[in-house]
Amino acid sequence: MFDYTYLPSPNLLPSLVEMMLKIIFICTMNMAVFAPVLGWVERKQSALMQDRIGANRAEIFGFTVFGLLHVATDALKLLFKEDFIPRGADRPLHYLAPFIAVVPALVAFAVIPFGGKYMLWGHEANLVIADLNVGMLYIFAVASLSTYGAVIGGWASNNSWSLLGGLRVGAQMLSYEVAMGLTLVGVFMVYGSLQLTTIGMAQENFFHWGIFLQPLGFILFITCALAENKRTPFDIPEAESELIAGYFTEYSGLKFAMFWMSEFLEMVTISAVLVALFFGGWQIPFISHQGLIDAMGHLFGPNFGAIVAMLIHVVVFWVKVISWIVILMLIRWSLPRFRFDQVMRLGWKIVLPLALANIVVTGFILLAVR
Amino acid sequence: MEDKNQLDLNTELMVLNMGPSHPATHGTVRFFLKLDGEKIVHMETEIGYLHRGFEKHCENGTWTQAFPYTDRLNYCSAPQNNVAYALAVEKLLGVTDKIPARAVYIRTIMCELARMADHYTNLAAGTLELGALTAFIYFVEARELTWDIIESVCGARLTSNYIRVGGLASDLPEGFAGHVKSVFAKNRVFWSEFDKLLTHNRIFLDRMRDTGAISREDAISFAFTGPCLRAAGVEYDVRKASPYLAYREVDFDIPVGTTGDNFDRYLVRMEEINQSMRIVEQCLSLLPSGPININDASVRNPSKEDGHTYMESMIFHFKNTIEGIQVPKGESYVPTEGTNGELGFYLVSQGGGKPWKCRVRPPCFALTQAMGHMCTGSYLADIIPTFDMINLIGGECDR
Repeated sequence: MFDYTYLPSPNLLPSLVEMMLKIIFICTMNMAVFAPVLGWVERKQSALMQDRIGANRAEIFGFTVFGLLHVATDALKLLFKEDFIPRGADRPLHYLAPFIAVVPALVAFAVIPFGGKYMLWGHEANLVIADLNVGMLYIFAVASLSTYGAVIGGWASNNSWSLLGGLRVGAQMLSYEVAMGLTLVGVFMVYGSLQLTTIGMAQENFFHWGIFLQPLGFILFITCALAENKRTPFDIPEAESELIAGYFTEYSGLKFAMFWMSEFLEMVTISAVLVALFFGGWQIPFISHQGLIDAMGHLFGPNFGAIVAMLIHVVVFWVKVISWIVILMLIRWSLPRFRFDQVMRLGWKIVLPLALANIVVTGFILLAVR
Repeated sequence: MEDKNQLDLNTELMVLNMGPSHPATHGTVRFFLKLDGEKIVHMETEIGYLHRGFEKHCENGTWTQAFPYTDRLNYCSAPQNNVAYALAVEKLLGVTDKIPARAVYIRTIMCELARMADHYTNLAAGTLELGALTAFIYFVEARELTWDIIESVCGARLTSNYIRVGGLASDLPEGFAGHVKSVFAKNRVFWSEFDKLLTHNRIFLDRMRDTGAISREDAISFAFTGPCLRAAGVEYDVRKASPYLAYREVDFDIPVGTTGDNFDRYLVRMEEINQSMRIVEQCLSLLPSGPININDASVRNPSKEDGHTYMESMIFHFKNTIEGIQVPKGESYVPTEGTNGELGFYLVSQGGGKPWKCRVRPPCFALTQAMGHMCTGSYLADIIPTFDMINLIGGECDR
């Protein structure tokens, strides 16, 4: 079942270097760029939408850098805060929950390709950390792990509001994971693979992007993805007006920051999955993967040409991801939130049947075409 | 079927203490909930966390000194409290008909501006708690602009302390009509943006429709007044039922709902904002010139200039300040249409410069007592829109 080609091959050193570089790149992008900067983006974007200025006061020697320093001050503040554990809480689990929440959000990125395959000095570089042939199944598996973080955090806090939040997370995640898996079956049927690199290469032709081949699947998936992300309009597990902060009510300091970070990281992951499945991954519309490498090869020579093409593809991929993050934030700041039973109804009675219908229709069309 | 499940699974009810320092129980109130899952089985409301002894305070000051206290009842619409109190004192004094027309119109304008500001605040806060953060800011900005007008009149945004027994603290500033016109133009844009974001928003409708509903009969028996009563289908508005100030002279409509649920309360408030704008615009066109204070030095202090020039005026200044204006023995109650419902002061005078008893009828007290009635059987999340549309103001309810 597993494809072990991503493991070290005979030319061990270049593979190891490549692997380390990719992991460092993704970790840096997620932990050092996205997780903190998204906090800033969220503030500034919401300020823009609401005719406000947004955070702009933190400064070093008079430089405010558009409020970016607030990210640093936030981190510092959270670092120095009291790490409060309520009386009667289950201490080990209370400690463990934020880690369980944040790690899956990070490792889910391993199978998402942020570029294609490039020949550099006779070594094939594949811009994905782990090119698993079960790709999306791995993401589902890991994403469902992060649910435990929230549920355990809610239970271990010894607080009724946290417990209610944890229960809501459990129910919501369970419902939407089923639906989310089914919404993507159509995509897998169309591309004939679960491997995200294969899906990415299949989207070389602009009109073969997932959004054109699976429009309903896309709408359903983004609904489920928003619900999995626990953000407005699906933020009922942490609805601040009802449950104070839901499952992380009793968390403070860096442990609170980890829950917060896991939410942002999940948003990045969801955007990346959206891009990889529905928006051509690293592909540029109307320019084929090999075409760009060849064109750049003519300009800069084969090796440097491949590097330039690789950089272009990586930038294209992240631009797409960032656009999706912005759209997700637009949704978050525009809509009110559902009620718990309404979320359940939407998941089980609307999204799930539609996803099943989508599979059947896709199947018929595929049969007719072939 | 639910009962059967309960028997099989031996579930227990969860007891939850919501408030008094819960994000949703602003105005400090405490809900004692018994939950079956997310469903409310039993709900008790406990008020009194913001009790400051307003009524007792009033008995220890002169009739005029109560005005700053009234500001702090419903602080979102302070001028209305000022007006309600002034009208009750004027009725005791028997000078209701002698208030100059200009003062009456300015009082009407201030009342309606306050109503707008209050509705903006209430609707904005309500949507904020349903998670619509951007719509919230739009109406908060509209409210700030409205408060700009109020500030230009009396120098304060929140606690206006503007109305006096027998008149006003000061006349309108120059360019007032133009200021109002420009603000109303902006506010109408905010209104339509808010309307577009929410009124036809499916999620918002799902949260508001059929939640916190109360029948016409129950609303009346709970002594509902104001938008919540009108949302339940009762066309009762003190401004029409027993007109005071200049409401007889202006033309306006009373929006009435049908179902009495949160969405109807929302719609009634949205429309009342427009009607208040209409009233203000009519009042501005009808605004007569002339004095703003009653020509009776024993009720309203003569001007400072007179006080520094004429001996009698100076004596009145002393007497009115030290002993308070002398109100004859008796009792009075003047109902007015506050933003949330009927607002009135029941005053008892034993003669002399101080109220013997000052009792306020706060509209949201009656509304809050029905919280349990409206929320039992619904979901925990339904408390949020219901409580928001009730618009409990702690300062007013707990006094």
